[in-house]
Amino acid sequence: MPDALYRGPPEDGLLIAPLDAFTAVYHRASGITHLLTEPAPQILAILQERALSLDSLLDRLERDYDLADGTREALAARLDELVEAGLVARL
Amino acid sequence: MRHAFSVRIGPIGFRIGSDWRAPIATLETLYRNYPGPRDGVADFTVRLFARRPWRRFVRPSVEIGGDYMLPEAAPLPLRQGLLAAEMAMNLQMALGVRRYLLLHASAVERDGHAVLMTGISGAGKSTLATLLAARGWRFMGDEFALLDPATGLVHAFPRLISLKNEGIAAAEAAWPAARMGPLLRATPKGDIRHMVPDARAIATMDTPATPALLVFPRYGFAAETRPVPPAEAFVRMTQASTNYVALGEAGFRGLTGLIAQVPSVAIDYPDGASAIAQVEALWSAL
Repeated sequence: MPDALYRGPPEDGLLIAPLDAFTAVYHRASGITHLLTEPAPQILAILQERALSLDSLLDRLERDYDLADGTREALAARLDELVEAGLVARL
Repeated sequence: MRHAFSVRIGPIGFRIGSDWRAPIATLETLYRNYPGPRDGVADFTVRLFARRPWRRFVRPSVEIGGDYMLPEAAPLPLRQGLLAAEMAMNLQMALGVRRYLLLHASAVERDGHAVLMTGISGAGKSTLATLLAARGWRFMGDEFALLDPATGLVHAFPRLISLKNEGIAAAEAAWPAARMGPLLRATPKGDIRHMVPDARAIATMDTPATPALLVFPRYGFAAETRPVPPAEAFVRMTQASTNYVALGEAGFRGLTGLIAQVPSVAIDYPDGASAIAQVEALWSAL
């Protein structure tokens, strides 16, 4: 079975306002405001560009944001939360 | 309705209809220095009515209604008709306003800059605004601050000041010449007395201000001041806004803009004098 791909909202689908450790994110499609902490805003930014598998996303986070301390399992858990919140779709 | 009265408070026009003369007469007296709605057209209609015709006379009790209604709202005795009118007007604002982000906060202004004070009922929003106004601040409102998401400015809503319990004596001492409504004892919110804002507050109610400080007061504790992190302030203000969700994107932009623009501070205070000193110290340090 091929790895699942994850996709974020379209580029104009979110309003993002960094507050402090939290970032406020307004999801235009649902009208819901989310408060996210690292690395969720970075995950969203990457997945808004294109759909990626878990491993590709892990690579991109390390490369673009220097977020190398996360494990594959931790990233999977964050992705599950974003899927649950309706911000990321599992394809 | 048998009796009616229209008034404009800040940018919002109201028409209040009533089955009884008494609440309208009180409103006419207390709001006599206010203008009518712009172009004569009210934004919201409020109705004070008897559920059954005979309840106009027998143990008269006031149901509140209007463009927006809460079906479970309990009726109030007629002697609390002024409170019924206030609650009904607040309800229309809370559920109906779309042009402004409605912040459940009192507000005072100095030099074009506003201090917003928000908190639960009993936190001292009304009392603090009233006491600050007695020290030369312009009173902008004791219940709602109207944030325009397009400009980031707050607009005044200087309705009658709803003083409660200990706040009544404190405000009367600060404003001995103020015109007051009847003392309403033992309402669902305790003792209540309405005070007419000072003439300057009414005359300048169309002048908005730039938010400069967001205060979360808490009454009944030793004096203490602590900064509120932006994310906490944001969450508390989404809860303190009655129409944040309804405004959607405009609400998000308005509120995140406000939080980014002004410092947020929580103050605990044991009495009015202490709170005034704390707020003015914060102001001086801006």
